Amino acid sequence: MEKRELPYLVVLALPVVIVALAFFLLPMARLAYIAGTGDDGFAAYTSVLTKPRYLESMIATTLLAGITTVVTLAIATIAGLFLERNRFLGRDFLISLLTFPLAFPGVVVGFMVIMLAGRQGLIGQITKAITGDKLIFAYSIAGLFLGYVYFSIPRVILTIMAAAEKLDSSLEEAARSLGASPWQVVRDVILPALKPALIASGAIAFATAMGAFGTAFTLATDIDVLPMTIYTEFTLRANIATAAALSIVLGIITWIVLSIARSFAGSSVAAAG
Amino acid sequence: MNRNYRFYLQLTFTIVVCAFLIVPVVMSMMAGVTENFIKGISSGITLRWIFEVWDLYRDTIFLSLLIAIACLICTIVLGVPAAYVLAKRQGRVARMIEELLTLPLAIPGLAIALALIISFGGFREFRSSWVFILVGHVIYTLPFMMRSVLAVLSTADFRTLEEGAASLGAGFWRRFFDIVIPNCRTGIIAGSLMVVTLSMGEFNITWMLHTPVTKTLPVGLADSYASMRLEIGSAYTIIFLIMIMPLLIALQHYGKPRSPNTRPVEDDVESPLPSTSGQRP
Repeated sequence: MEKRELPYLVVLALPVVIVALAFFLLPMARLAYIAGTGDDGFAAYTSVLTKPRYLESMIATTLLAGITTVVTLAIATIAGLFLERNRFLGRDFLISLLTFPLAFPGVVVGFMVIMLAGRQGLIGQITKAITGDKLIFAYSIAGLFLGYVYFSIPRVILTIMAAAEKLDSSLEEAARSLGASPWQVVRDVILPALKPALIASGAIAFATAMGAFGTAFTLATDIDVLPMTIYTEFTLRANIATAAALSIVLGIITWIVLSIARSFAGSSVAAAG
Repeated sequence: MNRNYRFYLQLTFTIVVCAFLIVPVVMSMMAGVTENFIKGISSGITLRWIFEVWDLYRDTIFLSLLIAIACLICTIVLGVPAAYVLAKRQGRVARMIEELLTLPLAIPGLAIALALIISFGGFREFRSSWVFILVGHVIYTLPFMMRSVLAVLSTADFRTLEEGAASLGAGFWRRFFDIVIPNCRTGIIAGSLMVVTLSMGEFNITWMLHTPVTKTLPVGLADSYASMRLEIGSAYTIIFLIMIMPLLIALQHYGKPRSPNTRPVEDDVESPLPSTSGQRP
């Protein structure tokens, strides 16, 4: 049966392969080529390191994504471990609230930051009532950071919970019976066991944050994250070669980071901005 | 289980995290139906802003629905056969196809959009039609449909069923349509919900591909956030949330493919929108 089926399978696979080649792979190859047709030739690819404006944007984006990842991992590990190990009324409700924002586009996340820290935001109202001064930071790097943590938490928490479910509780009991304090159990037993999940979900959070566009777009901060720089180069400066080079560089970065996630988490991990 | 101070400390922490995510959503829902948000709910409850959004942006809602449905049809027609082929074949060519189809997940939407504009921007008719946006959405959502179906196919024992049918004289197409497709129904449903949810909320690709006459809902949202008063942006957000809410609830239900012919499924299809497949921010 196997051999005779091959022609049928080719017929089934052909349309999707043609679509993927015509509308994804070849356009991406063309993008990589266009990047080298500007004034600098293929040096456009290194401009992200050699031109101060792009280098700054690259450093800011990497730092923002890195700090977001670390903070999100800490928050999601505490909350995720708690939710996985305790059964109480309202637990499922809390979990669905924590994962609900997964469906939000970046622009909506940006708007949520405006709701919290914008001109008419909650934080502003509270600080005005207490100190008399309105604290507004939605449109600064702090607002951007808030938004990045906002969209990262739901992504990471599910992976942490899935990994925590598989932890071997006998190891913890052994540690406890040997006199380990709760904190020692967390540090020496639980966290090492969660390490693959932490690396995988951290890599996903990092890659997602590197490629995030909608949130930065809505907040329109003066800090240019790389996707905003690409957008500005393309639309406002009509500097197509640079925009192409920067987006290929960004794509390679997210692809590499997600490959790391994949090698730690098995087959089906991937999602960049 | 003893509920000591540590339990309540962690519970408080978790609730604070929840509040951080949900309070702004609730605020925005309230702002959308409040006469004047800064004066508070005492200024009166109104549907005025919702109607205003309907007047200003209803085209974007219809276009998003149209694109989501078209995208769904495309991903089923392209993705289901692809999943079947990948479930049957383990060779190098099959793995290369799988890599090719899932690669868009690792590339930021902005880059995919730029590549499409550079390659097809010259075709005026195509560039200015909604089909251009559709192409971007199909490339982006296709892997979700394919994976969802593949997850079911890799657990369902469809080979035995197929062999049985073949021994009874059923040809390839008969087996494909009468045995394979019905057996991966749950995967197709879960994949469909995911594809429609993602297409309705897609912004990063769409923003680059849209033209003044092809604005989708998220493009309209960005526009209202930037240029309209807070109440209108909020009312618009309410409409968006109302539109995706049923999809998310259905995903909770169908997210775990279970049918008599499936064995327990891998973890990564358990949650409604697996952490790896949320909307790209």
